[in-house]
Amino acid sequence: MGNDFVVPAIVAVTLVTVGIGFYGLRLARTTSDFLVASRAISPTWNAAAIGGEYLSAASFLGIAGLVLKYGVDVLWYPVGFAAGYLALLLFVAAPLRRSGAFTLPDFCELRLGSRRLRILATAFVIFIGWLYLVPQLQGAGLTLATVAGSPYPLGALLVAAVVTANVALGGMRAITFVQAFQYWLKLTALAVPVIFLALQWQADGRPAVTPPDGPTFRAATTVVVEHRATLTLPDGDIREVRPGDELTFAAGDPVPAVSGAATDANDWLLPSAAGADDRGLFATYSLILATFLGTMGLPHVLVRFYTNPDGAAARRTTLVVLALVGVFYLLPTLYGVLGRIYTPQLLLSGQTDAVVVLLPGAALGDGLVGRLLAALVAAGAFAAFLSTSSGLLTSVAGVISTDVLGRGSVRGFRLATVIAGGVPAVLALHVSGLDVSQVVGLAFAVAASSFCPLLVLGIWWRGLTDVGAAAGVVVGGGAAIGAVLVTVLGPPLSGWPATLIAQPAAWTVPLAFTVMVAVSMATRRRAPADIAATMLRLHTPEALRMQ
Amino acid sequence: MAKQLPDVGSGAAVPPPRRSRIVLAEITRQDTRAERTRTELAQQTQVGEALVRGLVRAQLALALRLSLVVAIGLGGLPWLFAIAPSLGRTTVAGVNLPWLLLGVASFPFLIAVGWAYVRLAERNEQDFTDLVQRPER
Repeated sequence: MGNDFVVPAIVAVTLVTVGIGFYGLRLARTTSDFLVASRAISPTWNAAAIGGEYLSAASFLGIAGLVLKYGVDVLWYPVGFAAGYLALLLFVAAPLRRSGAFTLPDFCELRLGSRRLRILATAFVIFIGWLYLVPQLQGAGLTLATVAGSPYPLGALLVAAVVTANVALGGMRAITFVQAFQYWLKLTALAVPVIFLALQWQADGRPAVTPPDGPTFRAATTVVVEHRATLTLPDGDIREVRPGDELTFAAGDPVPAVSGAATDANDWLLPSAAGADDRGLFATYSLILATFLGTMGLPHVLVRFYTNPDGAAARRTTLVVLALVGVFYLLPTLYGVLGRIYTPQLLLSGQTDAVVVLLPGAALGDGLVGRLLAALVAAGAFAAFLSTSSGLLTSVAGVISTDVLGRGSVRGFRLATVIAGGVPAVLALHVSGLDVSQVVGLAFAVAASSFCPLLVLGIWWRGLTDVGAAAGVVVGGGAAIGAVLVTVLGPPLSGWPATLIAQPAAWTVPLAFTVMVAVSMATRRRAPADIAATMLRLHTPEALRMQ
Repeated sequence: MAKQLPDVGSGAAVPPPRRSRIVLAEITRQDTRAERTRTELAQQTQVGEALVRGLVRAQLALALRLSLVVAIGLGGLPWLFAIAPSLGRTTVAGVNLPWLLLGVASFPFLIAVGWAYVRLAERNEQDFTDLVQRPER
């Protein structure tokens, strides 16, 4: 690689993050300091902080990798990641802020007054948090391996260690400024290089993204295969490749078709058609449902809403977040598309998630500009890992220390952080073969099948009971978790079972809602007696509050 | 809204009073009807309960209507592309239509729906506040 700017850029981002975290810690030492300070912060700053925490490795690396590999069908990922904030805005934002709940287990206890439901919610927060942390660490391992040539486990463990130490020692906690800074860093790290990439594309005579004869290598390339695959060579030969195989191509050689990826121009360019493949349509709708409804159930997203002064501000903040992430999500698609032209070898090596990091170097060459931009992108990617994993780890460690260990001490929180950071680090070492965005998609599916019905029904329906809520979460969320476990651990499936398991949301979300409503109606007498007061509190403007 | 809110629970709607001699009877006489409705809200009387139910219903109806707009506007796309494959081949400025609709146009659409929701939801709340503070029934 020989890019001597990359490692300093990554180190700088890490130091700035840790540094601001510790500097800010001196200003805001207690939870109440944090809350009071946050209340002086405008919705724009708060929204940038939420966006900074939200845009993860999946957004920064994963989407571009999926677009490179699968084409137009996966554009639903960025659309869904943004639309999740619309669902949050429409159904949850203002009432949740007014409820005064700080975490999802808090909400369960406030709304339904059940300790047992609180424990169940805690278990789900931990599971979703871990499931979402794994791809962040995976992305870190992949990025460090790509830009610095280190082995994959090193990067994953390094980021896990840095984030765990940082959160355990108190940095990053509640520092709006760090998160807001990281949003703008991530946006810059994709937006600036894309301008240069577009100019380069112009200068190269606008090479076609889907040339009629299929993609070709622009320069002589040696590909080291990372994942087992079946290649179809242009002359019709079929060849099995294994990890470690080296393939050499000359400039102008066509790119062989890879099993699993959409190498055929039409597969990639056009949406999946009806008739031929109903499963594709089902998977698309399942993905839409998971991402639209899953965002509101992510543990680190919810905590931030408490920093708004009131329900109306929570609404406006959410709208700004929607705009900020919407702007961001215009960019990864361009990387995936340009990756088709400049880095087709990633399709063969299986490392499509690395496209964002490799594209500046591949398109612009080893000149100063190319190396600087590659370093900028790598820095942005690390900002993504650090901010999202810190937010997640803080949330997971928070619920572990208060609800599992049962002590509110700083020591308990530190112990909880080590537990919360250690488990996903171990998991990340074992799932390197999965796409970053696919794992994230599963986390969204679990959130959409458990916390989404709980929040939506809890906020809008007086009839929800603790038993109904628990049954819905156990059945819907449990089904989604089962699907995750089969995907990650189970044997490879094919046909309809594979689709139903890989994209479970289309059946688990309706299942969770149905069970929750049906069981609540059957146990109507258990509805909380103070429901009228709760509804008053959730839905009326604070100015009228009489407490 | 950068205004600093006082602690939750103090009457935020009451402007700072001029310095004057306070007689309890005078305070209770001010704004009596509004006070009564607010008390009704807080004490869960049937009138208060009905008012809150009305607000919740209005806000839920608004949220459902706007999600229907998104469900049709975005949710209809995969189905549309599936039944009319020729749409996928249509190009605008050299780019296939699905790429433009999903990769670019969907984001301003989502933001516009969100903006409309914030405006309308705040209007619902304003109506509710007006009703509570000036109950001309």
